[in-house]
Amino acid sequence: MNNLKVGIAGTIESNDCLISVMYSDELIIEINSVVFDFFGEQIHTVISDTLKELNIQNVKVVCQDKGALDFTIKARLQSALERLGVLK
Amino acid sequence: MRRSLLFIPGNNPSMLRNADIFLADGIILDLEDAVSVSEKDAARDLVKSFLLSIKNYSSEIIIRINGFDTPFYLNDLEAVVSDKIDTIMLPKATIESTKALINELSKIEKKKNLKKKIAIIPIIELAISLIQVDEIAALDRVNGILLGAEDLTSDLEVKRTKEGTEIFYARSRVVVSCKAYQIDAIDTPFTDVNNDAGLLRDASFSKSLGMNAKSAIHPNQINIINEVYSPSEDEINWAKKVLLATEEAKKKNLGVFSLDGKMVDKPIISRAEKIIKKAIKFKLIEE
Repeated sequence: MNNLKVGIAGTIESNDCLISVMYSDELIIEINSVVFDFFGEQIHTVISDTLKELNIQNVKVVCQDKGALDFTIKARLQSALERLGVLK
Repeated sequence: MRRSLLFIPGNNPSMLRNADIFLADGIILDLEDAVSVSEKDAARDLVKSFLLSIKNYSSEIIIRINGFDTPFYLNDLEAVVSDKIDTIMLPKATIESTKALINELSKIEKKKNLKKKIAIIPIIELAISLIQVDEIAALDRVNGILLGAEDLTSDLEVKRTKEGTEIFYARSRVVVSCKAYQIDAIDTPFTDVNNDAGLLRDASFSKSLGMNAKSAIHPNQINIINEVYSPSEDEINWAKKVLLATEEAKKKNLGVFSLDGKMVDKPIISRAEKIIKKAIKFKLIEE
């Protein structure tokens, strides 16, 4: 049952990002960004570093980025994980 | 000492990233009315993450938390109280809720081993708060009081008007309490964001009653507010003249003297000193 659940946070407004997280057997990070060519790698690093800090591995993260700064990506990921129930 | 405080919705990354370019003396990161109930958690996470990301912020950082009687109050405090913030703004403040906040801040500061003592700006927006304002203004950590006219007029069951006749008493009452305890009297926002002339009128009137500062709900309001609540060039020149004459009078051991045909005594000197202090603080003159 848990595997069907999705935690979502953020918006697709400018300077924000919409992050969806769901349980997964392995860590998967998908990024769709308006600035992917320039910042795709950095967004990936922010997401994977945040997950490492929180000691979370078995999730799939989908990030629809609209030019969010690092603090926004980190916060939206954290809120999505809280909403999924992996973080209190 | 403040002139302008700008509300920034806590769940809006665009406004957060630009918060320091608007030249407000303080920014109020709002977790309360600007955030829907379903987004309280996300706004709290965003503000916390924003605070962790900033360095050497020039404006005062104020967080408007959710009210003492809400389920969000303690989580908000736990998330945002840090060395990065200066002040907590408490909605619908009463003497009890302000005292409770003082206790809670002491506990969190001790637990987190903070170097600074976080200040409090209670919002007077209930009739009960208005009759308690003298006691609230006297409390430890309280260094300013904001009048919240929208909720207050709702509590008073009166219509909010542009003229503001219905809040004349509340403004005056807040000003007197703040002056008695030498803290900032901060005026309610002017909510018609496209009406510059109305804002100028409203801010000038509130200044004439003794308000020191005004809150803003749009960055476009900051310039007008800063101009109204700053000492004018004439005031600064007058104050400089008074203080120079005071120095001369001291040399002659005169307690009272005359300047341009008008008597100058202690209250006049004190007013001149406050004007110069403000002018220095707001970088209108050099120290």
